[in-house]
Amino acid sequence: MDILKELDVIEKDGLAALAAAEDEDALAAWRTAHLGRKSGLMAAFDGMKDLSKEERPQVGRRANEVKQALEGALEKKLVAVRQATLEASLAGEHLDVSLPGRALPLGRLHPVNQTLRRIYAIFAEMGFQVYRSREVESDDYNFTFLNIPAHHPARDMWDTFHTDREGVILRTHTSPGQIHAMREYCPENIRVILPGMVYRYEQVTTRSEMQFNQVEGLAVGPNITFGDLKGTLTDFARRLFNPDVRTRFRASHFPFTEPSAEMDVECFVCMGDGCSVCKGTGWLEILGSGMVHPTVLRYGGYDPEKVSGFAFGMGPERITMLLHRITDIRHFWRNDVRFLEQF
Amino acid sequence: MKVPVSWLKDYVDLDGISIEELAHRLTMAGLESEEITFVGLPLPPGDKHDFKVNGIAWDREKIVVAEVLEVNPHPNADRLTLCRLNDGEREHTVLTGAPNLFPYKGQGPLDPPLKVAYAKEGTTLYDGHAEGWQLMTLKKAVIRGVESYSMVCSEKELGISEEHEGIMLLPEDAPTGMPLADYMGDAVLDIAITPNIARNANILGVAREIAALFGRELQQPSYDFTAEGAPVAGQFGIKIENPELNPRFVGGLIRDIEIRPSPDWVQRRLRLAGQRPINNIVDVTNYVMLDIGQPLHAFDYDELVRRAGGKTPTLITRMAKKGEKLTTLDGETHALEDFTVLVADTKGSHSIAGIMGGADTEVTDKTTNVLLEGANWNFINIRKTLGYLKMNSEASYRFSRGVHPAMASRGVGRGLELMRQWAGGTICKGLVDEYPLPYEDPTTELTPEDVRRWLGIDLKPKDIAAILARLDFKTSIKGKVISATAPDHRVDISDDPVIGKADLLEEIARIYGYDNIPETRLADVLPPQRNNAALEFEERVRDLLARQGLQEIVTYRLTSPEREAKRLPPGVAPDPKPYITLKNPITPDRFAMRKSMLASMLEILERNARLRERLAFFEIGFVYHDSEAGPLPDEKPRLVIAITGRRDLPAWQGGAEENLDYYDLKGIVEGLLGGLHLNAVRYEPSQHPSFHPGKQARLLAGERQIGTIGELHPAVHGQHDLGPAPVLAATFALDALMEAAPPRHEVQEVPAFPPVLEDLAFILDETIPAGQVQALIEQTGGATLAGVRLFDVYRGEQLGAGKKSLAYALTYQAEDRTLTDDEVAKLRKKIVGRLERELGATLRA
Ligand SMILES: [Zn+2]
Repeated sequence: MDILKELDVIEKDGLAALAAAEDEDALAAWRTAHLGRKSGLMAAFDGMKDLSKEERPQVGRRANEVKQALEGALEKKLVAVRQATLEASLAGEHLDVSLPGRALPLGRLHPVNQTLRRIYAIFAEMGFQVYRSREVESDDYNFTFLNIPAHHPARDMWDTFHTDREGVILRTHTSPGQIHAMREYCPENIRVILPGMVYRYEQVTTRSEMQFNQVEGLAVGPNITFGDLKGTLTDFARRLFNPDVRTRFRASHFPFTEPSAEMDVECFVCMGDGCSVCKGTGWLEILGSGMVHPTVLRYGGYDPEKVSGFAFGMGPERITMLLHRITDIRHFWRNDVRFLEQF
Repeated sequence: MKVPVSWLKDYVDLDGISIEELAHRLTMAGLESEEITFVGLPLPPGDKHDFKVNGIAWDREKIVVAEVLEVNPHPNADRLTLCRLNDGEREHTVLTGAPNLFPYKGQGPLDPPLKVAYAKEGTTLYDGHAEGWQLMTLKKAVIRGVESYSMVCSEKELGISEEHEGIMLLPEDAPTGMPLADYMGDAVLDIAITPNIARNANILGVAREIAALFGRELQQPSYDFTAEGAPVAGQFGIKIENPELNPRFVGGLIRDIEIRPSPDWVQRRLRLAGQRPINNIVDVTNYVMLDIGQPLHAFDYDELVRRAGGKTPTLITRMAKKGEKLTTLDGETHALEDFTVLVADTKGSHSIAGIMGGADTEVTDKTTNVLLEGANWNFINIRKTLGYLKMNSEASYRFSRGVHPAMASRGVGRGLELMRQWAGGTICKGLVDEYPLPYEDPTTELTPEDVRRWLGIDLKPKDIAAILARLDFKTSIKGKVISATAPDHRVDISDDPVIGKADLLEEIARIYGYDNIPETRLADVLPPQRNNAALEFEERVRDLLARQGLQEIVTYRLTSPEREAKRLPPGVAPDPKPYITLKNPITPDRFAMRKSMLASMLEILERNARLRERLAFFEIGFVYHDSEAGPLPDEKPRLVIAITGRRDLPAWQGGAEENLDYYDLKGIVEGLLGGLHLNAVRYEPSQHPSFHPGKQARLLAGERQIGTIGELHPAVHGQHDLGPAPVLAATFALDALMEAAPPRHEVQEVPAFPPVLEDLAFILDETIPAGQVQALIEQTGGATLAGVRLFDVYRGEQLGAGKKSLAYALTYQAEDRTLTDDEVAKLRKKIVGRLERELGATLRA
């Protein structure tokens, strides 16, 4: 039958033409030519109505075979052509990956406030909340109520900024907040930390400032011991510095605590071997602490026969300096962007 | 305080305790040993110490006690001698120029020989002739034709003192050949004495601490003296006018002494302790003060008699008259306050009590009879006096921290006996002792429960009593109660039973050892938990601004009115309310508490102006305003923001080189307020003098002003060292902002149906603010108009002069359905109609 031979030719020609098509446009044209309404294959389908009843199934089957073969081949070719196109385009696209990125302005908190936040967070989890009080204080709150009566060494002019108003000074520590907190909360138990700016009559040098932050802590209640002080502050040091850091408590003296202690932590630069940061001692002095003096408890409204408490104080600037090897405290209030941008 | 270890050994056995261990235990117990100077004893091994290490060790092989057998002249040099010397092994010839050997030159063999410190070849010592403390090593050399390989040492070469004129001579019984380090090697601890342990500002005090800490016996010094003279009574009198300020005054008399230098060992000891030897009598007063803590004063007795006109002199302690003048030993003349106590006689005053003596009655080379004073003074009054006199002395250091009156007679007794030993003479029998206000040593009771409650340790009554007894407390136990009477060398134990208890607990903790107290976690009931709303709000603001790329700064809160006036244009008077100012500023440009955060900000912008092309800062802090309520100022929290320079960070791909302007800052402020969910804020033109009059607005939440935003006034800009780009700044009253911000906010449902988007542009008169147009559109659109965004402002010829076009992107949205074209058209018509009617707007085709 001629028609079957014709279909063989249609198939053969179609596949040959497909092999020659190289891009998606050519494939679209090929589809029109070989599978479209006006293609030889469609003409063969159309011509089937003129065939005899016997011939019709045989030709029909063959025509469908050819159609499937051509369509299948087209599908495969299409995938191959797309793949080749993609590969060709990828091969031509190269960035200099070493060029710098497009910067967005990055905002930051002041380094001391970053340190303060870490301190707040650690103490918050131990139940200590932030309590703030004024910076310009009466000397009663700054001294007398803290067991520093007149003519105590800490009252000497060398330490304190006096204002033009009688009995008004710039607080030399955040400890007046201890009295404010006790008077506000008495007779409740107390766990607060007292952050804020304090002022000292001191020459500004690489190591001392006339204005700096302090964070004090105060716990008052019926069952608070020196052992609790050691445990709480050691927990704090382990969280701020590292989980294995060792601490030691040395006897010291502050008028508002008794007994008083300095807490040293093992130097985290040399791990206690001795280096320039710890001046060869292996220890860093981090905070002062002690059991709240009975006189201070009394001024706060508490009976030292019934309750006890501990207090501590540290310098967030000093801690920031130790953590980042900052050698000049004046950087903090100078606010040079070359310093600030490093945090 | 400088504490030679050799001196400590007078009172406590230190066998088997290394210097490091000693220093460590003292430091842990509150006697911080910051620095140790080694004078011969071996330095501690390794580099890691709790203390700073100074000084040198004396090589035991190379530095020994030797005897000089004969001093011969040098053949070629008059000023040098050659010593024939035996180091215990053999004889050497040693070259020296020491002037204190000249008297022996050419005298033949010496009997007894002179004992010296002899250093052999290769020894490292200090250079006796160099400035300061330079190390050198002894090498073989030929000096003026004579070979030299070793030397006899001066104190300086050994690091004992700065003495380098002559060589150090040792006592006759010094064993020849013994390593010098074994014979007299020492170390000097420099101990910081805090006010609560002022009683330890002496060798005996430190020794007592060591004895308590190491559980050793304290050897008490002797206060007896050998008196062979006439009774002292009747030879002088003492009159105390104010016993409150002078509770005790003790005097003793020694006759026929000879003023001369103290024995060598005394001089060395004093120098090691940092005290310059003067003569035997003055040295006794200093020695006893360093030894047991009682300052003494030596008078020339004959001078007192002369001043009394040959009669029996009387020492009078009395108050100064206000303005009274007195010249002290140092030649200074002081005008006195009326609370200052003077030591005087019938002729007039001669010393400021407890602080410094006068020249008229002091001991001189010709003195033969000495009246020795040991007194006690009220320490608060001494401190007050020191406060205005601005002077200091070793005696006043101790008196201003409190000395027990019992020490006065002990000091005089010990002083008289040492004078007898070092200066000869005869001590008169007895003491004149005026003690009108005896000190009562407090007795404090405490129980093991107190110890447990305060320290967290369980001790038995007998353990507690034992610890206190180690510090010389007299203790007794009745049941569970320990009674402890403070020893009569300390005045720091309170007579208030509760405070006294705390004083004892401190001592128990120190001696028990802080290290031995176990670490525990707080077991007490947690107090009511509270937020700190102000701080939390501040922290939110910090985060919102940092998120938008701003750098936080923290500045000085001390400033000067001149510095703050720079934030205003010339001719604008600052607010006249007074500043809080300092009486004693540390620098002249920072003496007032700031009233403006903007001024602080401008200072920091200036500092960074040349460093970056774009600056964006904010600060949260306080300003301090005079308060009507009282002398304490109002401390108001403020926020200041400032940006300046290029809008885009400079980058290699270019980017716009435009400067930041008002709308950049407003965008940041809107970001902040949006983050606080504070949406109903109005911006109205305002008249803040620091800002450009046409480029500023005040921010209103309801009727309350919460802040101001604007471009820095060109005249203010010009007063600062800033770049050419405009500075945009905003200031906020943080407390007002906090009150305006809603405590919570509700979210809008995310729409389930598609919105209809449409752009409308209106032509309007230039004078109509965009805010008014926006408000009218929003009001008219109602709930269905879900969004209105201005996307273009256009001015051009075809619009005509005084006209502008504002183009808005409108979002129509219904919650429950897709809007139909009809519905949208109706709403559009309503909006356009309203703008036409009320604002004279025309829809731009
Ligand atoms: Zn280190």
